[in-house]
Parts: sequence; structure tokens; C-alpha cells
Amino acid sequence: MTSEIRAKFRVDRADFSLDLDLTLPGRGVTALFGPSGSGKTTCLRAMAGLERAPLGRFALGDTVWQDESRGVFVPAHRRALGMVFQEASLFPHLSARRNMEFGQKRTSTATSGFSFSDVSELLGIGHLLERMPAQLSGGERQRVAIARALLAAPQILLLDEPLAALDARRKLEILPYLERLHRELAIPVIYVSHAPDEVARLADHLVLLDDGKAIASGLLNTVLSRIDLPGTFADDAGVVIEATVAEHEADELTRLEFPGGHFYVAQRKEPVGSPLRCRILARDVSLALAPQTQVSILNCVNAVVAELAATATPGQVLVRLDVAGAPLLARITKRSVSRLGIRPGLALRAQIKSVALLG
Amino acid sequence: MHSDDLAAVWLTLKLASVVTLLLLVIGTPIAWWLARTRSRLKGAVGALVALPLVLPPTVLGFYLLVTMGPNGPIGKFTEALGIGLLPFTFPGLVIASVIYSLPFVVQPIQNAFEAIGERPLEVAATLHASPWDAFWSVAVPLARPGFISGAILGFAHTVGEFGVVLMIGGNIPNETRVVSVQIYDHVEALEYTQAHWLSGGMLLFSFIVLLALYTFNPARRKAL
Repeated sequence: MTSEIRAKFRVDRADFSLDLDLTLPGRGVTALFGPSGSGKTTCLRAMAGLERAPLGRFALGDTVWQDESRGVFVPAHRRALGMVFQEASLFPHLSARRNMEFGQKRTSTATSGFSFSDVSELLGIGHLLERMPAQLSGGERQRVAIARALLAAPQILLLDEPLAALDARRKLEILPYLERLHRELAIPVIYVSHAPDEVARLADHLVLLDDGKAIASGLLNTVLSRIDLPGTFADDAGVVIEATVAEHEADELTRLEFPGGHFYVAQRKEPVGSPLRCRILARDVSLALAPQTQVSILNCVNAVVAELAATATPGQVLVRLDVAGAPLLARITKRSVSRLGIRPGLALRAQIKSVALLG
Repeated sequence: MHSDDLAAVWLTLKLASVVTLLLLVIGTPIAWWLARTRSRLKGAVGALVALPLVLPPTVLGFYLLVTMGPNGPIGKFTEALGIGLLPFTFPGLVIASVIYSLPFVVQPIQNAFEAIGERPLEVAATLHASPWDAFWSVAVPLARPGFISGAILGFAHTVGEFGVVLMIGGNIPNETRVVSVQIYDHVEALEYTQAHWLSGGMLLFSFIVLLALYTFNPARRKAL
């Protein structure tokens, strides 16, 4: 199951073109990120077999679902995949339970990986099963839709902006379930999104799409810390750090450790040793040449300047830092760069004003 | 009620039931095709199906009479098969009524299929349902209001036809003499009491049908 995914699609239409050649990991969450019209949904639909790219090849390990050079195209209903659409797509004439059974019934039991009770428990929908879709909230409907996709015994799960149609509160309600999926699912997940916070929270691998082309593809942090792609994340530029809960301290702070050092966050419930994903935005990081003692900022780490690049905002510069092998981004003014003489190779202190905990 | 009148009522109900059943069988694939095709023929086929809406029933009846008659292509064909000629028989009346009421069944079902859109069928495909399976398990249940409207309208329209029956069916008791023709006969014979009974019955029937349609399916009101 850990065999990689190869996806090659070419579509040429008058108003739209797509030209992708991707190799994606066979497990974990791969996010396809890009503005609307960048081709991410078309790519997902081509993977599902709902659209046939005239030039295409799509293989999941040894399973080839499309290879136009040999005239192979497996129709969507014969592909072992699960798909969740942007809007609630439950069948309105069936109860939640019968929606979930729809795909399960049409799957040979030999290949089925999840039991009905496991999946309802995983998504917290056990109490909703007898309701009709019209009696469910938007978030509940999406959870049922995810459960339904999982019960169809997929070898890959395709999520097409599953949170886009939900308001902020419903999003927060459903994100923990997606994180659970991320931890407990052995199959690869392709997650289409245009929300940087969802990507930072859920993805392991990131593909940036723009105008039908992949402008970057790689490990989440490798892509997030690339400063040669300004404008992609704009104000949300930043990196993700996988830290571990090290200690709960007396003054209501929790110390997190990561390879490059440690930092403090408001007290957490997770026990010592739990992994915790954090996001540090470039605009929340400032730089100092010498250790500062007379500032309120608690979190400072030693870093070395790796490279600098202009941003889309006039007068501002993105700096990529190396913190014991982990990348960190800082957004500072051009004036500060020249005043402090910041250049690649310079060792300095990075002051982190805010750490967003994901999860 | 006179036994002739009862026979006419019975014949009318039999005709309308057979025609409605046939229309659902024939109309559903046509409606499905019209709702989903991108073919250039869509306009032409749609217009052909809708023709009975605007054509005088006598024109339709005239052409059917000619084609099903001894010198018409269908007439020659049925005679070669040993069935004989269709005009002035119950089967002939069924065929004429099917053509005459086709748009009343096809259009509501087509509208219902169009309203479903592509998405539920795509979802069904990602859940391993073949197109045939998805049609029966998703498209038909979701289009149910369209089927109900189509069946009611097809039935009621067949009950109410007159011109086509007169052209192709004539006035043969138990074979082609339906209620509308029977009323016409009564009026010609100045039997107003019997004409009143049948006409009143038709009036009540039509009102109840439309009431049922509007009560159970308020969205369809626009289609009428």
C-alpha cells in the first residue's frame, strides 16, 4: 500500500489547460493547493475517472486506472476510491445509514477495510444514522459523506474542498475528525483546498498549482519554506513545525520541543510526549543580532540566514532561516535588512511572537 | 347509468391505463436522453415530441389514419404480419393516444431528470454504481415527482381526448367508443340527461386530478 501514485494529465480546452506530471506518496495526506481555476478540482476529477483527460496516465502503485497510450481507462464506478465533494452530496432520498451502505453494498466484502461501526465511531455519527440528510447540519452531512466514502473500501480517498461550503464554526467541528483520519488511515488522501490553514493542519505533502501547472511539489515544510514562490500564500506564508510536548510548567505554560530548540505555549491538555503540530507565520517572526533579555517575547531560537527574497508587499522581504535543519520564515522590512546587515550565513536570534497550535 | 355509458367509462379507463403504462415505458428513455444529451438532434427530437401540444388532433388523426390504412406503410406492415388494419380497433386507438399524450409524460419526467443534475450520478459512480444501477437507484427515485406528474397528466389527457379518437377510432361500442365520443353521441341524439351525467363525471374527474397534482406536487404548477 505504500507504493507511490503517478498522475499525469493533459487537458487542452479553449478556456482552460492542465498539464501535470506528479509523483505522490502512497500514504499520508497530499494537499493540492491553488487559487480557483488553477486546475486542482479538474485534477481530482481526472483521478476519480469522472473526467477523462485526453492525454493521461494514472496509477496507484501497480494498479493502472488510466493509460491513454495503451487505451486503458477504468470508469469511475470500477475504481476502488472514495470521494467527498465540496457541497453536501448525500442522496436526499436515503437516510444517513442507507447513504453509508450505498457504496458498502456495492463493494465485494473481501476488499472492505472498514466496518460500519468503526467508521461511524471514527466520525462520531453513530447517533445520526436514522436521520434523513435534510435533518442534518452541514458539518454532519460532510461527516456522513466521508464515512460513506470510507465504507466503499477505497484504496485512495479524494477530498474536494470538503470544508469550503461550511462556515467557520462548522469547519472547526469537522477538522478534528479529518485529523483523526490523517492519523488512523493507511490509505493515501488527496486533499484539494484553497485554505492555507487547512493545508498547514492536515497535509504531509504539498502540491502548489497555478494556471493548470504544478509550480512546486514536495514535503509540506519544504514547499512552505520556499521563498521563491511569493504571492502563493501571501500574508499566510509560514512554516509548520512538528513538536513534542516536553513539560507542563507551573505558570500555566507548556514547553514544546523540536529539533531546533523549544518554545512555550499556553497550557495544553496533551500529556508529555504527545506530538503537536504548530504553525509559525513569517509575519510573526522578527530577527535580532544578539540575544535580547529585556523583551516580552519568550520564544527565541538560534538560527542561520539561508536566503532572502522580495515579497509581493513593497518594502518587505522574506527571510528563510535554518534552525538546526528545520526551516523557519521571517518577514521583515528591507530597511531592517540593510540596517542589521542580514545576509546568507549570518547567525542570529529569531524571536517568535506567536505560535499557532494546530489541533 | 345506462349500460352503454358504463361500457364507455370502462373502455376509457382501460385505454387510459394501458396508454399511461406504455407512455412511462416509452417516455422515460426519451426523457432521459433529452435531459442529458449534448447531441444536435436534441432540438429536433424535443420539437417532434412536443408536436401534439400544438397540432390539431384532427391533423394527427388524419395522418395516422393514412399511414395505418390499407395503403399506408404501417397498414401494409401490419397486414403482412397478419394482424390486419389498426384503424377502428382498440390497439389502433392505443397507438394514436400514446403519440398524442407523449409530451404530457415526457416533459415532466425530462424536467425532473434535468433538475437532478450531474452530481448525484457522479457520487453514485464513485460509490461503485454502474450507470444502469445509478439510473435505477438514484435518478428514478429522485425524479419521482416528475414520474407522478407525468403519469397523472398522461392518464388525464388520454381520458380527455376526442378529435384523435373520432378520426382513428370511430364509434364502435366496447372497442373505440370512449366517454368523450359517447357524450357527443348523446348530444346529437338530444339525450341531455345522459350527456349531463357523463359530462358532470368528467368535470369532477378532471378537477380531482388537477387538485391531486397541485396538492402533492406544488412545484409542478409552473409546468402547466
